Amino acid sequence: MSETAIEVRDLCIDYIPYKKKSIQKSFLKKNTDKTDIVHAVKSLSFSVEKGKIVGIVGKNGSGKSTLLKAIGGIFTPDRGSIDLYGNTISLLSIGVGFKPDLSGRENIMLSGMLLGFTEETILEKMGVIIEFSELKKFIDYPVRTYSSGMHSKLAFAISATLETDILLIDEVLSVGDQHFKEKSYHRMKELIMDAQRTVLIVSHSANTIRDLCDKVLWMNDGELVTYGHTGEVMDAYTRYMKRLK
Amino acid sequence: MRFINDLKKYKRYLAYAARAQLKSEVSNSYLDWVWWILEPFFHMLIYTVIFGYVFNAAEKNFPVFIFIGVSIWGFFSKTVNQSVKLIKNHKSIVTKVYVPKQILLLCTMCVNGFKMFVSLLVVVAMMVIFKIKVDWHLIYIVPGLLLLVILTYGICCFLLHYGVYVEDLQYIVEILLKMFMYFTGIFYSVPNRIPAPYGDILNSVNPIAYIISTLRNGMLYQSGASLTVMGVWYVAAAILVFRGTRLIYQCENSYVKVI
Repeated sequence: MSETAIEVRDLCIDYIPYKKKSIQKSFLKKNTDKTDIVHAVKSLSFSVEKGKIVGIVGKNGSGKSTLLKAIGGIFTPDRGSIDLYGNTISLLSIGVGFKPDLSGRENIMLSGMLLGFTEETILEKMGVIIEFSELKKFIDYPVRTYSSGMHSKLAFAISATLETDILLIDEVLSVGDQHFKEKSYHRMKELIMDAQRTVLIVSHSANTIRDLCDKVLWMNDGELVTYGHTGEVMDAYTRYMKRLK
Repeated sequence: MRFINDLKKYKRYLAYAARAQLKSEVSNSYLDWVWWILEPFFHMLIYTVIFGYVFNAAEKNFPVFIFIGVSIWGFFSKTVNQSVKLIKNHKSIVTKVYVPKQILLLCTMCVNGFKMFVSLLVVVAMMVIFKIKVDWHLIYIVPGLLLLVILTYGICCFLLHYGVYVEDLQYIVEILLKMFMYFTGIFYSVPNRIPAPYGDILNSVNPIAYIISTLRNGMLYQSGASLTVMGVWYVAAAILVFRGTRLIYQCENSYVKVI
């Protein structure tokens, strides 16, 4: 009925096939360590319809963040494929990669351009970003002088203002003080609820997932456990997590 | 080719990032951009005194001779040195968003290239002061500088790649750079000071020495350089660029897993 926005087929991602090595070490032991390859994601297949909000749950180390990074194009899959049907995509996590010596304003430009926006679009939205971040005069100071709160406020403001078709969220961000937390949570909700936007959320908060998502994907040790409607999956997941205790 | 498309796509980012980088470097120091002139200037002063007077290895127009060497070598050695740890130093970007890693390298090259450009302007000013005559051989600086840029990019592609996996590559690169610095003839003339035929051989097999002597010949001594050697190095540089660019495209998405 509606078009597909993300199609993941048979996705496999392995970790540590390339280990950091020093020259001395590689002389001493030759070609060992072949065995400790970690299979972070094991032949996962699913698809997401356009405009849907999908939560991803699972215990720590089950490959959730890896999956997001692969969809965001930061990893290449070792096997399998990911099709985004030409949608623009951004990974919303704390700090898009700031250069500490540059001012906040320049960092907004650079981050925006890396996300694939043109200079004109960013300049247009610059005012909104600066206002949302509440940094005021600090926006022209180098980022290294920022407090950690200011840092994450700026990061959030950028990702929340420069909108892409698909939004990947690694842990729902609530940053800054109480007031900014509420403001950013509202903005997040606004972004997520936009009917045109496809959203994937990784979160450990069952309430957030139940509150926001249409569907839930449950992963365990890199494998898909279930993928279905929020209510059913979350009930099963909560029961499973209780049993672990 | 994918690289050309990426260049087009990221050229605005490249320009902005390089400009911002240059700006931030100078805005934190007292003497701003004057350092880009002072740094090579003092190197030149030291080398002129030591090698011109103490070791008596002076050439005609020795200060300008050295300034050319220092400018070119500065570009090459800085870029090579930075490329080894390039991915690690851009960790915050690389782990958050996709960017072709060659763009990061090109950005570093732009920054260092601009500094070289400034110090080459000083060379021109010095040529006026020293009343150096020039003729059509001046044209040699164009292919010379172009070769320098292509070659540096090609070499750095490989260093960037292996720098991700081999942790102690930085030490090796530093030692090699130090060694090459002495063989490159920044403060002496390789073909004049090293006995024949070794001087000429060394000048041909070491591309940076060749580039520096080409520029010196063109700018100071109204003479050219061997076009055969130039051709060979252009071919070699083209192969390095091609293989290096492809290598990075093949492996770049695994870099994140290592750093």
